[in-house]
Amino acid sequence: MRDKIILTLGVLGTLLMAWNLNTISHLPNDALQGYIFRIIFIHVPAAITAQVFYTVALGCCIMFLLRKNFFWDSLAVASIEVGTMLVLVNLVTGSIWGRNQWGVWWAWDLRMTSQLMCFLLYLGYLLLRPAIAEPTQRATMSSIVGIFAYADIPLVDMAIRMPGVRTQHPQPVLETGTLAPIYRGPFGVGIIVLLLIGTALILLRLNQEHAKREIDSLRRQLHAA
Amino acid sequence: MDETNVKFLFMGYTAAWIIVMIFVIMLVRRGQKLSAELKRLRALVENRDQN
Repeated sequence: MRDKIILTLGVLGTLLMAWNLNTISHLPNDALQGYIFRIIFIHVPAAITAQVFYTVALGCCIMFLLRKNFFWDSLAVASIEVGTMLVLVNLVTGSIWGRNQWGVWWAWDLRMTSQLMCFLLYLGYLLLRPAIAEPTQRATMSSIVGIFAYADIPLVDMAIRMPGVRTQHPQPVLETGTLAPIYRGPFGVGIIVLLLIGTALILLRLNQEHAKREIDSLRRQLHAA
Repeated sequence: MDETNVKFLFMGYTAAWIIVMIFVIMLVRRGQKLSAELKRLRALVENRDQN
């Protein structure tokens, strides 16, 4: 059943992505940035979707600490892995966009630095897990790190909205209404595409966590004999 | 149309989908390894129970 859901989400996401790429290619160019402006349809949705998955992971980390049910730990690690991959997409596409528009690959402004910190904190979470062999201890420590890592998310959010911060970035285009209505549709579809594909990947990763737990259990049985 | 502009846009989308594809390939390969390990351990447990 879960395999069918994964396949459906993946196929739906891919078809929607193909349709959206076609729509994006027919949009008029931005007056100032020209063709490159279209990178916004992957750069920003990747960041938004990653934040959604990190928020899911935060809830799962809290639930694990409260209930000690390994399902929550599995969902947390799956969400964080996919979220971190999306943050990497956001950082790389941003860097390429920056090189074209600002002439530099990287600028140490608050937005970029807080997002890089976010990537490194969650990478730390993913690197910590294999270092702890005992499953309950691993899940508990990971949940604590997962909760602390989330502290960076409001900072990323504030970096986008705070007035007076020195940055080359524009103000939030959705909230300030500077994103032309013609661009809003493909922007929203871009978010839906990444949510669908991301959810499919999370479910796939969740299956693997279940397999890992079964392997741990079988190994314990064999060692006990 | 500025050609450099288009080149960077192409670079951006290509990089994004390469990252996603690498992630998917890693996920599939990890899945295959886990399935093989699970199969091996199940067979070991089965053998042990029969003996």
